[in-house]
Amino acid sequence: MIQHLTILLGFQLLGEAISRGAGLPLPGPVLGMALLFVALMAVPRLAAITTTAQGLLAHLSLLFVPAGVGVVGQLDRLGDDGLGLALAILGSTALAIIAAVYTFIGVARVLGR
Amino acid sequence: MTDVADIWIYLSQGPLLWLTLTLIAYGIGDTAFRASGRKPIVNPVLLAVAILSVVLTLTNTSYATYFEGAQFVHFMLGPATVALAVPLYTNLALIRRSFLPMLAALVVGAGTAMVSAVVIARLAGVGPDTLLSLVPKSVTAPVAIGITEALGGQPALTAVLVIVTGVTGAIIGTPIFNALRITDYRARGFAMGVASHGIGTARAFQVNETAGAFAGIGMGLNALLTALIAPLLAPYLVAAY
Repeated sequence: MIQHLTILLGFQLLGEAISRGAGLPLPGPVLGMALLFVALMAVPRLAAITTTAQGLLAHLSLLFVPAGVGVVGQLDRLGDDGLGLALAILGSTALAIIAAVYTFIGVARVLGR
Repeated sequence: MTDVADIWIYLSQGPLLWLTLTLIAYGIGDTAFRASGRKPIVNPVLLAVAILSVVLTLTNTSYATYFEGAQFVHFMLGPATVALAVPLYTNLALIRRSFLPMLAALVVGAGTAMVSAVVIARLAGVGPDTLLSLVPKSVTAPVAIGITEALGGQPALTAVLVIVTGVTGAIIGTPIFNALRITDYRARGFAMGVASHGIGTARAFQVNETAGAFAGIGMGLNALLTALIAPLLAPYLVAAY
């Protein structure tokens, strides 16, 4: 467990350092995910972290709660634009989901995959 | 014998109380979600946030005090994002086969998210400064904030719009897919990750592990794509006012 967490934190640290150092538009953890993915392919033994990773991901929702509470206090920032922004988010999120899912299925079907 | 009020003052200033309450609120949210038969509208994040907001208001507690405790949970977002590499690896064969569908869905989904958000907001009379902060709302928060800074928008407003987008996607995704009778969990998950980043990904993991893996890729790829194209696209979207 401690070993697994060390690996995850190590890759986050590595991603953070590279992202900062090279001025990349990706946050450290996302780069760390990419690096760990490459490392898993190179060293399959690393897959021992699966249990810890699954444990963390099973409650990924929990980790967004503190940020969510922060947002509630900031809702007045929406000001007079609140309704317009709510409509834009609802409409565009639905449209993006529909556009992405049909594109995926359409291309997969054309390619026979 | 110490007064209850004294105990409260002691506990409410330290991190232990707020960390514990965060876990309890999420536990209540998650229990309600399961009891509802896993209905997407009973979103555990939304419920926990609502409960905690009421508690903070009633006890007159500042967000800074709350976050002293909650930061331990918040911090785990980093290693959890790194951990997304594991489902990617275990689903490798499926992901290899899906490379082109993912690429196409990424471009179409990310483009639709940005363009349709700005178009709808403009029609609703939202001003140009606010529009800039809306452009990256489908991207994971740290990247979205960076994009907004580059565009000259308001980072704090973007943070709000990002979280609201995530919760919206997590709630409407499953009903949309079911109404459209889409059963391909690769496509369902990927669309969730592209449109509603980490919160959509968390929701996808609740539905299906394959969906979660694809959502994680969608989130990561959209962070990269939007960071690259938003600065090019935003001036055209917001201009000609």
